[in-house]
Amino acid sequence: MTPLLRTRGLTRHYSGVVAVDGVDLDVAAGSIHAVIGPNGAGKTTLFNLLSGLVRPNAGTILFDGADITTLPPDRRARLGIARTFQNIRIFGAMTVLENVLTGLCATGRSGLAGTVLRLGRFRREERDAVARARDALALVGLSDKAEWRAAALSYGDQRRLEIARAAAAGPKLMLVDEPAAGMNPAETDGLVHLMQRLNALGITILLVEHDMGLVMGIAHNITVLNFGRRIFGGSPDAVRQDPGVIEAYLGHKVAARLAAARV
Amino acid sequence: MTLPPWLDDFLWTYQNVVHSLGINGLLALSMYVVLAVGQLSLGQAAFMGLGAYSSALMSLKLGWPFWLVLPASMVLPVAFALAIGVPTLRLAGVYLAIATIGLGEVLRAVYLNVDYVGGALGLSGIPERAETWMIYVLLLVAIAVLWLVGRSRIGRAMEAMREDETAAAVMGVPVRRYRMGALLASAVLAGVAGALSAHSSHFIGPNDFGFEPAVTILSFALLGGVGTPLAPVLGAALLTVLPELLRSLSDLRLVINGLIIVAAVLFLPNGLLAWRMRRRAA
Repeated sequence: MTPLLRTRGLTRHYSGVVAVDGVDLDVAAGSIHAVIGPNGAGKTTLFNLLSGLVRPNAGTILFDGADITTLPPDRRARLGIARTFQNIRIFGAMTVLENVLTGLCATGRSGLAGTVLRLGRFRREERDAVARARDALALVGLSDKAEWRAAALSYGDQRRLEIARAAAAGPKLMLVDEPAAGMNPAETDGLVHLMQRLNALGITILLVEHDMGLVMGIAHNITVLNFGRRIFGGSPDAVRQDPGVIEAYLGHKVAARLAAARV
Repeated sequence: MTLPPWLDDFLWTYQNVVHSLGINGLLALSMYVVLAVGQLSLGQAAFMGLGAYSSALMSLKLGWPFWLVLPASMVLPVAFALAIGVPTLRLAGVYLAIATIGLGEVLRAVYLNVDYVGGALGLSGIPERAETWMIYVLLLVAIAVLWLVGRSRIGRAMEAMREDETAAAVMGVPVRRYRMGALLASAVLAGVAGALSAHSSHFIGPNDFGFEPAVTILSFALLGGVGTPLAPVLGAALLTVLPELLRSLSDLRLVINGLIIVAAVLFLPNGLLAWRMRRRAA
């Protein structure tokens, strides 16, 4: 089966520093796929390349069978790629519900004239969008705060709002950038359940995360990056055993000692 | 249409102010649509000038009727907005602001030096065709359209762009198209305001559409705010009426205007009318 997302030789450098270096990535449809790696390994740059905020210097991105390498972010969103940000980027002055409605803005077809004249299709689309936004809020457990100003939400709720906004339109692929950052263990548990439910709804999830417990518990596949290079890919168990991964995380001395101890 | 005598008297005496109020309201909306998508343009006065000059020439040199002149006055502003927008709106940041300042200055030099458009003397004897009701009907239509657009998917996308353009793009908002659309709408509004202004004041000159009016138009929106289309119109109304009330202070008027703008930016960052509209039609 061809993967939902496939990159080949994806490369991006910033004035001499290679942030992402010839990365081949295959994300199977329906899976939860994690990208891990030490700080500065190029994980966020990879996400920016995938969502179209940054153009690659070389390489290709295939999504759902189409080459999207040069498409702008909004076109990719329309094809079904959603994302959340490491540093939460909600629209603080808007209400919680309006934030989620913005995630649905690509689903409407009404033009300017239909909007101004409040034609039947416009009214139908607005009704549908509000219903779908409320579903998404129910999914993340924010229904009772729908009319709150988004900036007034707690940190954990803002994360969940961002996930609801990304999930509302029913994307094929959701890029989730460090969802557990700054969360307490209970909130992290809630996030794991939430992502598993989204995955059960048919959304493929590509996850960047530092919380190894979370990654090992949830991911079907893991890709390890170090200095922009893909150094390993496989199941969580295989990643745990791989000496190259251990070296990247703990340094070669510890890795050598661990290897010696194991023999 | 018969008006009560006191209203008739009032309109007659203060016709200039009444017209300016409406025209400045349109200019404030022209500023609003650009700010509403998070862009900064200082070309509103330039677009207004294009509308004013082209409409005045259509009336004076071609003898066109005003019902034809008014819509035709949008053509040049829109053409220039496209010419400026296509290269600059691809880039985020201040490029649009810089390019539009440049546009205003270039056009001023053209008006000054081309005899066909009156040179330094400007154009005078423009027929007084802009009726009070025309100005206010157009203003109300503009407010209504922008209000309806604001309370819709498009309005939510615009506010999202204003707050965080990157996040909006990732949500599927076609940010370049929205920037261009806003600039074109802005050019249309300013062009019409220019035509109305030219046809209610008999005279236009090269310095009517330079940098200073550009900043004044910006201050309408700064003072009023951009939460709703009503806010910048209120700002325009205050900044139009206030100088009239302060007429006795003559030279201090500009100083006081400036102080008002500084105070608004410092103490009312969201403008006088800070409330925002519900971005939902349902």
